[in-house]
Amino acid sequence: MSSIRLKHAIQKGEFCLDVDTQIPATGITGVFGESGSGKTTLLRCIAGLDGSQRGSPPVHERRIGFVFQVPQLFSHLSVQKNIEYGMRRNPGTPVAVNEIARLLEVEGLLDRSVNELSGGEAQRVSIARVLCQSPRLILMDEPLSALDERRRNEVLPYLDRLHAETSVPIIYVSHNIEEICRLSDHLLVLDDGKVVAEGGLQDTLSRIDLPQLAGRNAGAVIAATQARYDEEYDLTLFSFSGGELWVAGRHESTPARLRISASDISLSRVAAEATTILNILPAVIEATSPETAATELVRLRLGDDTLVARITRRSLQQLKLRSGDDVFVQIKSVTVRR
Amino acid sequence: MNMAPLFLSIKLASVTTVILIVLGAPLSWWLSQSRSRWQPVVQAIVAMPIVLPPTVLGFYLLVVLGPHGAIGSWWVQLTGDTLTFSFVGLVIASCLYSLPFAVQPMQNAFESLSRKNLEAAWTLGASKLDAFLSVAVPLSIRGFVSAAVLSFAHTLGEFGVVLMVGGNIPGETRVVSIAIYDHVETLDYAAANQLSLVLIVFAFVALFGMFLINRRWQSR
Repeated sequence: MSSIRLKHAIQKGEFCLDVDTQIPATGITGVFGESGSGKTTLLRCIAGLDGSQRGSPPVHERRIGFVFQVPQLFSHLSVQKNIEYGMRRNPGTPVAVNEIARLLEVEGLLDRSVNELSGGEAQRVSIARVLCQSPRLILMDEPLSALDERRRNEVLPYLDRLHAETSVPIIYVSHNIEEICRLSDHLLVLDDGKVVAEGGLQDTLSRIDLPQLAGRNAGAVIAATQARYDEEYDLTLFSFSGGELWVAGRHESTPARLRISASDISLSRVAAEATTILNILPAVIEATSPETAATELVRLRLGDDTLVARITRRSLQQLKLRSGDDVFVQIKSVTVRR
Repeated sequence: MNMAPLFLSIKLASVTTVILIVLGAPLSWWLSQSRSRWQPVVQAIVAMPIVLPPTVLGFYLLVVLGPHGAIGSWWVQLTGDTLTFSFVGLVIASCLYSLPFAVQPMQNAFESLSRKNLEAAWTLGASKLDAFLSVAVPLSIRGFVSAAVLSFAHTLGEFGVVLMVGGNIPGETRVVSIAIYDHVETLDYAAANQLSLVLIVFAFVALFGMFLINRRWQSR
């Protein structure tokens, strides 16, 4: 598999970005980090908007699409003219405009003025505009963070579709772990301008030694297939390498991506009986790592998948939990991310 | 009523406005974007005609544009004519005199553009010049309208600089403000009144039109 090299160093006052890494040339690479970790600066360097070195091509010759936090549509042009703006300036590659318009469902908006669009519509138009410039790489800088919850949920399915239907690699920056879990295949964790972790999404999320992936960000993602839907109780059964999981509600997507937060898992030495918890699965402890003075993160192996659980340090000692031990995981809640 | 001075004024104002928009736009752009330490220097020089008495500007222009001046002597060699007391000389003088009135509205408009909007244009494949022409200029159109109306009106109303540089040659440099002054000097108040009224009406219509257009665009 071919890859893209990211090598950028820039000093901005006190802040210093220093990144030298490789990411896959397909799919979505999520860049995760707290604000101020250098995510946006990294994207701006890749696009050539910041820290351009002598001899490197100017921004307009790079054919790197940039989706901004706020859509940045040109208010003096119609939606259609906005979409054509990048296309006209990058001739030579035939663009399936109609297909792109259909993918993002902007066909009905083409004649509108951009001032009449809702936030979600405007962001869809800006994504269509970027796709129509036939980019070699697409950079997305927190494209959903300026939208409220409802609009965000309105745009997310389009990003899923984009992920499924385009072959252009995407770098997706976010400080929202749920978005990252849903969209990315590969993950880069940034802190203070440096890459502190990188790799496949599942592997990287199951690391328990990183403060950036602790706290409310702690948790794992597993790939599962939908097995059946139980109409009587409105539950969906998913199966994965480590067993089967019941999830509330009806979910048709398969293969599905399930997110299990570290705080939704508890551990026990014996399989509990007469409990309200639906999902109890056998697992092996792979590693433990202190999270706070009171809590520990535990990495668990279930088949080919891993989960991360948060337990108190006291429980760890009382149950004498160690790497290699067999335990039962009790999963309180699972969200279907895709 | 002798309308020749009025038409000459309108011609002078039109030529000056076109030149100021074309040359003033890049200058305004530079002033709005530059972080150079020279930016405030240039900014101050551009604004000077607002502060200086027209006679100061007129005096130095007379020296520089005169047949023995740096530019004037070169012009004589080139064309055989003098720059002072000619229409071309008036255009040069007017351009300098009205420069701040063209630059400031355009600069304000450029400064209110979002830089991200331009960055979007660049990442979409537009060169800096292309993005300037296809995004910055159309989005700043109100600034351009203001700049055009103000420099036109201001040139129409200039007196001191014209008197110093152009004198009072009918058909060549005798613009409307000079003509009015002339009429008053010769105690022909009726003629002075007629020309003055025309200017008053014209000034009102131009400024009213500008504010109307600005309001329309604002509410859009």
